[in-house]
Amino acid sequence: MESANELLTISPLIIIGAAGLFVMMLDAFTGNARLAYLFTMLFSTAALAVAVSDLFGPMGESFNGLITYGGTAAFGMVLVMTGTLFSVTLSRDYLEKTGGHIAEVYSMILFAAFGMLLLVASNNLVTLFLGIETMSISLYVLAGLVKNQKKSVEAALKYFLLGAFATGFLLYGIALLYGASGSTFLVDIAATEEKGMIYWAGVGLLLVGFFFKISAVPFHMWTPDVYQGAPTTITAFMATASKSAAFVAFILVLSRALPDARAEWGDVIWVFALLTMVIGNILALVQDNVKRMLAYSSIAHAGYIMIGLAAGTDAAYNAVLFYLFAYTLMNVGAFGIVAYYEWHKGYDMTDINNYSGLGFQQPVMGILMSVFLFSMVGIPPFAGFIGKYRVFAAAVDEGLISLVVVGVLASAASVYYYLRVLVHLYMKENENGTVLTRPGTLYFSALLILGALTIFFGVNPGILTDLLGTFKAPHY
Amino acid sequence: MELLLNIVIYLPLFGALLLLVIRQDDWVRWTSLLVTSATFALSIPLLLQFDISATGTAQYLTVTEPLLGDWDVKYMMGLDGLSMLLFMLTTFMAPIVVLSSWSSVKKHVAGFYSMLLILQTGSLGVFAALDLFMFYIFFELTQIPMFFLIGIWGGEDRIYATVKFFIYTLVGWLLMLVALIYVGFAAGNMVNDGVFTTDWRLITSPEFQLGLVEQTWLFLTFGFAFCIKVPIFPFHSWLPLAHTEAPTAGSVVLAAIALKMGTYAILRYLIPLFPNAAIAFAPMFAVLGVIGIIYGALVAMVQKDVKKLVAYSSISHLGFVVLGMFAFNTIGAQGAIIQMVNHGLSTGALFIIVGMLYERRHSRMIADFGGVAKMMPVLTVMFMIATLASIGLPGLNGFVGEFLILVGAFNSEVLGSSWYAVFAALGVILAAGYMLWMFQRVMFGPVTHEENKKLTDINAREIGLLVPIMILIVWIGIRPTDFTKYSEAQVTWMLEETQARAEAMAANAAGDQLPAWARKLYDVTPQLATTLETGIDGTSPSEHAGETAGNDANRNKIEDQRQ
Repeated sequence: MESANELLTISPLIIIGAAGLFVMMLDAFTGNARLAYLFTMLFSTAALAVAVSDLFGPMGESFNGLITYGGTAAFGMVLVMTGTLFSVTLSRDYLEKTGGHIAEVYSMILFAAFGMLLLVASNNLVTLFLGIETMSISLYVLAGLVKNQKKSVEAALKYFLLGAFATGFLLYGIALLYGASGSTFLVDIAATEEKGMIYWAGVGLLLVGFFFKISAVPFHMWTPDVYQGAPTTITAFMATASKSAAFVAFILVLSRALPDARAEWGDVIWVFALLTMVIGNILALVQDNVKRMLAYSSIAHAGYIMIGLAAGTDAAYNAVLFYLFAYTLMNVGAFGIVAYYEWHKGYDMTDINNYSGLGFQQPVMGILMSVFLFSMVGIPPFAGFIGKYRVFAAAVDEGLISLVVVGVLASAASVYYYLRVLVHLYMKENENGTVLTRPGTLYFSALLILGALTIFFGVNPGILTDLLGTFKAPHY
Repeated sequence: MELLLNIVIYLPLFGALLLLVIRQDDWVRWTSLLVTSATFALSIPLLLQFDISATGTAQYLTVTEPLLGDWDVKYMMGLDGLSMLLFMLTTFMAPIVVLSSWSSVKKHVAGFYSMLLILQTGSLGVFAALDLFMFYIFFELTQIPMFFLIGIWGGEDRIYATVKFFIYTLVGWLLMLVALIYVGFAAGNMVNDGVFTTDWRLITSPEFQLGLVEQTWLFLTFGFAFCIKVPIFPFHSWLPLAHTEAPTAGSVVLAAIALKMGTYAILRYLIPLFPNAAIAFAPMFAVLGVIGIIYGALVAMVQKDVKKLVAYSSISHLGFVVLGMFAFNTIGAQGAIIQMVNHGLSTGALFIIVGMLYERRHSRMIADFGGVAKMMPVLTVMFMIATLASIGLPGLNGFVGEFLILVGAFNSEVLGSSWYAVFAALGVILAAGYMLWMFQRVMFGPVTHEENKKLTDINAREIGLLVPIMILIVWIGIRPTDFTKYSEAQVTWMLEETQARAEAMAANAAGDQLPAWARKLYDVTPQLATTLETGIDGTSPSEHAGETAGNDANRNKIEDQRQ
């Protein structure tokens, strides 16, 4: 009976894993992409529902301490499944319009999601590594999905090569930490008594591996190319679900395995957060391609989130989780709208100059884009503001005022490139006669829900912050 | 009544949502007019029921449970003497603004009016919010519609103007957000059992005491944000641009309502929150105010574009407001409040009139007009009244505000010199110069342009929307006490309280090892210098308390009133 209960603790994983296999079989026997899409939606919704209910359930460890469940892990699963479910919903229309709607997409998305779920639930560096690898390999495939597009293939290859490198660092770090502590369990690493060269080298390499996954500067080089080259809804999936998963795992590692070294990694993250915010924002300023701009903006957001990690308190981790949730909503939304514009004239449409005057055609889409972008800027009453505010506040409370000042100045600079999209949408004339068609009902309602949630959690953040406040150590 | 206040605030927002489903442009216009008129009508009981003798507390107070879970950030709305008049000005101007763009806005009408209505809710929220965090949220809520209003319906250079306006303001306010968070935690530790709070009652309570060095930095950060919004010279460069490029309605709202948020915030938050710093920096702000008065007037004088001229005159008028606030006496602050209202009315009217001329002639250049009075006699009368009000002719509203401010600045103990008032008075003379000169060139003289002969006088709608403003301009000019009475008690109370808190904080800080610059800074002000020195000489704060017994008595009285 014990083992049956243990299985319940990872039910989202089981659902998604089974779904991946099922959809793969479905593809092999029928090759029907629409059917695969339908089942993926069903399974993802089920997994999301289970993950949400787990939020209110118990917290603890299972599988001899390999897995952590409830609390932060459950919230990480909610983040992953939210990103997955919405990107999948958007994928069908987009991929059908741009070509490349094949059933494999869904099985790869499900496998990637499986990896992410494992990542956020891992309580052991080996589980963590398994999660990261499952996720990454599926993502490499997804990035190169459109085989006849140079950009897409380039993205996949770049992602794969750099990703393999980063994995090497991560694995080396894990090995060294194992050498120093004699265990791969997070709690055992925390108990390491001799903190010698090996230990610190391991910590350093581990940080590098994570910095790569969350695309912190200077390990961000792959992000713009991959985000730009991959099919847009897949980009949405990569930008939100995989990043959230990496951040949640990062929090788990930092808070559980390295709590004593907080002063040291706090300083390291401080420096990288600063670099990430400044460089991410500056590079985003000069982008003409909207996807690339959003890629740099996601780097900049990683920088803001890292302010919370640098603060490293319970309140800061809570703030980061909230931020990730807002980040997921607004990024899937923004990429969703970019994908919608893109399907009218293909890839060229991602150039910002082709957005001119489109805001008043299909006004709801324009309004939604404004909501997502203002939320990214961090303007109330949208969820992005609350996320930013809480992260900054937690950092100010820890005395990281100078970092926060850099953060707010960087986000003030970011206004320019976000507004530029709106300037084109609303304030310029439509010169090349693009006529927008109505989006499909599902596509439309998915974006509408995202927009509604972005406003809802901006006006009413208490619901989520109260819940996050109940996550207490050691089950972050 | 609490419910009524909330209805007044959110009615425009619901109106904006309603506009999303209305397709007919005319229906959109009528709905907006109906919504804004209803808002104004509903806000009148708030004015009539207002208890003008109440001090310390806000009326019609709505306070909810903390919204952010572990942090004590509340939805807290209410009105007091500081905000009542501005709140009413906002509801009063809204239908006028809607009417003023009745025929000039032709594209995306529903979008235009929904932006105006969202802006209305944001502005009302700014004036009614009593939690610093709520204030921040409502303030940002006004920025988004303003961005679109200027950017979509503006003039030729609208994109540059709107982006500059948005980013300039946001830089200041984001930095302020950091300071706000700091204040929230500090206040939490001192007066709220360690829970983050931005409740106005708590952050201005006597127990909340910041050190002088802390105050300096926080004051400068908050001050920077507010200076940009007002705007105070030298942070004004976005204003003429935004004003000129904005559509008429945008300019009117910007002048009448949005700029007031900066000056209102100075009075509501900057001065009470950091009293010592406010007193120490008062001369500096007063100097900036006076520079703004003279600079704005001089630049206005050489403008060729009527709208730009009015925009620069705004900088000049807001200089007076700042001067009045930093005079730190009731008369100056009273003048500042009434001057905010006056500026809203007269500059609002001027922008509307310029808009009417532009709609007929498609030009705002002074040189393109001349002799318009012959064709448009009714407009001429209205324009004349607004111009004279703006100059400050006795008997009209502008005089009241400027006179009170000058008297306040002249007698100000904190400023300690009458030169501020002397130089500021120059601004009144210059105003007469540039306004009358402009008026003469536009309205009188021979008709030099053929197009001008075909100009038609303003129609019933246009007369109808200007007349209420003219009535108020005269009313305030003749019976100012009908208006100043609303703010008097609260302003007096606030200044006394601020003074008392400043002394208490200085007494507390006297023993600290202040850095040299801070000591120098805080030595400037006469009362504080004594306090600081007494402390330094080793006298304990309790002995010192005797010297300021008068003030303590005041404070006790105030605390009694609170309970």
